[in-house]
Amino acid sequence: MSEPQIPNQLAEIRDDFLGLQLRDRLQLLLEFSNELPELPERYRDHPDLFERVEECQSPVFIFIEVDNDTVHMFATAPPEAPTTRGFASILAQGLSGLSTQEVLELSDDFPQSLGLAKAVSPLRLRGMTGMLARAKRQIRLKSIT
Amino acid sequence: MTIERDPAPQFVEFSNPERLVTAGWLDERLDTPGLVIVESDEDVLLYETGHIRGAVKIDWHTDLNDPVTRDYIDGEAFAELMSRSGISRDTTVVIYGDKTNWWAAYALWVFTLFGHDDVRLLDGGRAKWESDGREYTLDVPTPAPTEYPIVERNDSTIRAFRDDVLTHLGNPLIDVRSPEEYSGERTTAPAYPEEGALRAGHIPSAQSVPWSQAVAEDGTFRPLSELNDIYRTGAGLKDGDDIVAYCRIGERSSHTWFVLNYLMGFENVRNYDGSWTEWGSLVAVPIAIGTEPGEVPSR
Repeated sequence: MSEPQIPNQLAEIRDDFLGLQLRDRLQLLLEFSNELPELPERYRDHPDLFERVEECQSPVFIFIEVDNDTVHMFATAPPEAPTTRGFASILAQGLSGLSTQEVLELSDDFPQSLGLAKAVSPLRLRGMTGMLARAKRQIRLKSIT
Repeated sequence: MTIERDPAPQFVEFSNPERLVTAGWLDERLDTPGLVIVESDEDVLLYETGHIRGAVKIDWHTDLNDPVTRDYIDGEAFAELMSRSGISRDTTVVIYGDKTNWWAAYALWVFTLFGHDDVRLLDGGRAKWESDGREYTLDVPTPAPTEYPIVERNDSTIRAFRDDVLTHLGNPLIDVRSPEEYSGERTTAPAYPEEGALRAGHIPSAQSVPWSQAVAEDGTFRPLSELNDIYRTGAGLKDGDDIVAYCRIGERSSHTWFVLNYLMGFENVRNYDGSWTEWGSLVAVPIAIGTEPGEVPSR
């Protein structure tokens, strides 16, 4: 089976996960969780811009900014939901800086390629799939206008 | 029982006060031989962000559920899990977790399926421990493996399967989900992911008593008089009743099972862990919608 081409920064994240044992994959997810960037000043007082990711058990909100066809993803999730924060952080780091086309062409199954299903369970991983789908939808909406 | 119970006065009125410990009691006994603390959370990474010193992690998805069949692990896998967690058959186990002990109660219920004798809940779970200002650590213990016997699960007394529920109809059923799920407006708790039930509503005749009614603001269990108001006066439960509780996948109803069984002393309480994700997708079973329990279907 040939691996579909994905942008380098996403491939690096994927390979970092796949290069680890299951237990260490959780640790890496925790590192991502701790690295979820704070919202930039200009978005801090704008909860209205953010979309709730209903597929996640914990309250997580995402917002996509498209600037000159370059995607930036922002997310907030509470510290008591580290798994969800980790998912958001992977996508925020993995998608930001890509072109809209690169993100839209990314497989919806990207979350399944990280080798996390056994570590966190497939059900929990659905949250990340939902997050990616919502990010893509926001890009589509923002690319039209 | 190997370790004395917590004599806290608020537990004395419960039918099984030995099933609860306070944060203060636990904090003084972190290094007690024969006591193992287990953290069980909804969020699989929460333990890694900090936990009670000495606590081991047991995850409901990755440890307690069978990876293939929709069922719990078998006796062999449970013995292996206990061994690597440093738990012997006579160990006192204290379980705590996030979300006011949803998953901790679920883990406790699974321990009970395997007949582990002394398993207790930390009243208030993580939230109470934190609001008390107690400490967490990042150190993960490496317990010495134990010899835990292979004990087969006993599914007959505290677990109900779908056919048991069908024959149970006419006896008290407690639906512990949110009012929106009960009435059929939605199949998942507000803000929770879709888990695949094809129909919305509740099992006919089930009383709606959302699980969270059993806990106070600080996450600890309510006193017996308030529990009586909720479950006896409110839901009409009586001594001697044969009761089945259910929710969406059996985790919130484990919490209610704990309350009815160990705090209020109902002797025949079963948790229907198939719950709504099973019932709401079964072909040709009766379902009621709306805020009323509905009639017991004729068979």
